Amino acid sequence: MSQPAVRVMDVVKRYGALAALDGVRLEVAQGEFFGLLGPNGAGKTTLISALAGLVRPDGGRLEVMGHDVVADYRLARRNLGVVPQELVFDPFFTVREMLRIQSGYFGLRQNDAWIDEILASLDLTAKADANMRALSGGMKRRVLVAQALVHRPPVIVLDEPTAGVDVALRQGLWQFIRKLNRDGHTIILTTHYLEEAETLCGRLAMLKAGRIVALDTTENLLQRFASHTLRVRLAAGAEVAALGGHPAGGGWWEFAFDRYAEVESILARIRESGVEIADMEVGASDLEQVFLQLMRAA
Amino acid sequence: MIGFQTLLKKEILRFWKVSFQTVAAPILNAVLYLLIFSHVLERHITVYGEVAYTSFLVPGLVMMSVLQNAFANSSSSLIQSKITGNMVFMLLPPLSYREFYVAYVLAAVARGLLVGAGVWLAALPFVHLPLQEPLWVLTFAVLGGVVLASFGVIAGIWADKFDQLAAFQNFIVMPLTMLSGVFYSIHSLPAFWQGVSHFNPFFFMIDGFRYGFFGQSDVSPWISLAVAVASGLVLAALTLAMLARGYKLRG
Repeated sequence: MSQPAVRVMDVVKRYGALAALDGVRLEVAQGEFFGLLGPNGAGKTTLISALAGLVRPDGGRLEVMGHDVVADYRLARRNLGVVPQELVFDPFFTVREMLRIQSGYFGLRQNDAWIDEILASLDLTAKADANMRALSGGMKRRVLVAQALVHRPPVIVLDEPTAGVDVALRQGLWQFIRKLNRDGHTIILTTHYLEEAETLCGRLAMLKAGRIVALDTTENLLQRFASHTLRVRLAAGAEVAALGGHPAGGGWWEFAFDRYAEVESILARIRESGVEIADMEVGASDLEQVFLQLMRAA
Repeated sequence: MIGFQTLLKKEILRFWKVSFQTVAAPILNAVLYLLIFSHVLERHITVYGEVAYTSFLVPGLVMMSVLQNAFANSSSSLIQSKITGNMVFMLLPPLSYREFYVAYVLAAVARGLLVGAGVWLAALPFVHLPLQEPLWVLTFAVLGGVVLASFGVIAGIWADKFDQLAAFQNFIVMPLTMLSGVFYSIHSLPAFWQGVSHFNPFFFMIDGFRYGFFGQSDVSPWISLAVAVASGLVLAALTLAMLARGYKLRG
């Protein structure tokens, strides 16, 4: 078996009395599109920072492509590209200068062919010689992505890359990142947009208060946690509490079910009780429900 | 090695791109000191018996510029990167803390020497300035630059706000420079203040530097060399220890 792209072993990070990471353990296989979810302060950014060597854990170890991020930091960092959450830039340089400098930091000279390719992919070619200060927020975000890619890292971490980014740019960005994933890059993503995680990530970890509360494929999580909902609006005055429904206001009742085959029997029970159905809809499960359930439970 | 070279180059470009502010302005500053003090004091004071005051003053101003600009470069670069958040660009790549230290110090020394050379060249047409022992001049300029560049790295890493950095500049670097004998020979001071001056490492750096020009100084250049080297070693060790721990950089 090939070694995991990322291995996190019982990592602990404390800030005073607060445990930002409280024994986190997970592995991300090569080529995965992996999502890290959790509310603010759950420890997502701390975990990414520990992986990138920006934060030193108080306990446990982390590896990138088999290289310990502390003992073997040079190789670990060469294998990792990080797109930070904050929109940071160096006001002294142009886009191209910045990418050349970043290449140099990673030991690469004459990297212009690849830089041109990244610039084209991210629609930045026209801005190559613009000073960083002159760029819009969305452009700066794309430069951050470009900077993370100059050394062609096999593992790419994106910390909330679409926060505050407009719809068109977000779509473009995801297209590009999907392509990177298809080309074999391992992608690790944190996001607040659960829809994004649901459509993009093959596997997810949910963090709460520095602990992993769920770690599974997106599909399994959706099946395991989110029961689907059948919503029916009944004719005035009808009561179906005895049939297992929950009132949802305005004459609407909700019935939870796991498999679509169950819908039939729910409808049959309503029919048998002699109540007339005025309206009906079926709500598919989504990650938001899973997320909320998990966060409440944990 | 390419990583280190790139960081050094970036640090030099950083100040060079705004050289009006980082090189030309401090040169002008020093020249203004020279014009004013020489105008006021030239006819009243000679030093070491026969050296005209203006000639005596120039090496002091040159060294003051080297020291202040070396400090300003490393400290302001670091705090700017910390406050704007782009420090992360230097922390994510596979650069060692030693490479980081040496790159910041060398770039700061480069700016110090550049400004110092500028002040010296600007003063040359106006004063007669011998250059008896150029090697001492260069040694003290580089050593002084390293000492203040290291101190600047410490200040830049420690300070969380520009305000705190300004305190380093205004309450430590500035008084130590002003009271180091840039503008006077400490032999002109009362005995008590002469004694106090001997606790100021800046005094030795400037005195040793001046020795290179005149072949005369308040104390032996070897003593000054020892003080400068010792200061450099202590500060380098302290800075490297901070960087190795990731103090305030890697949380």
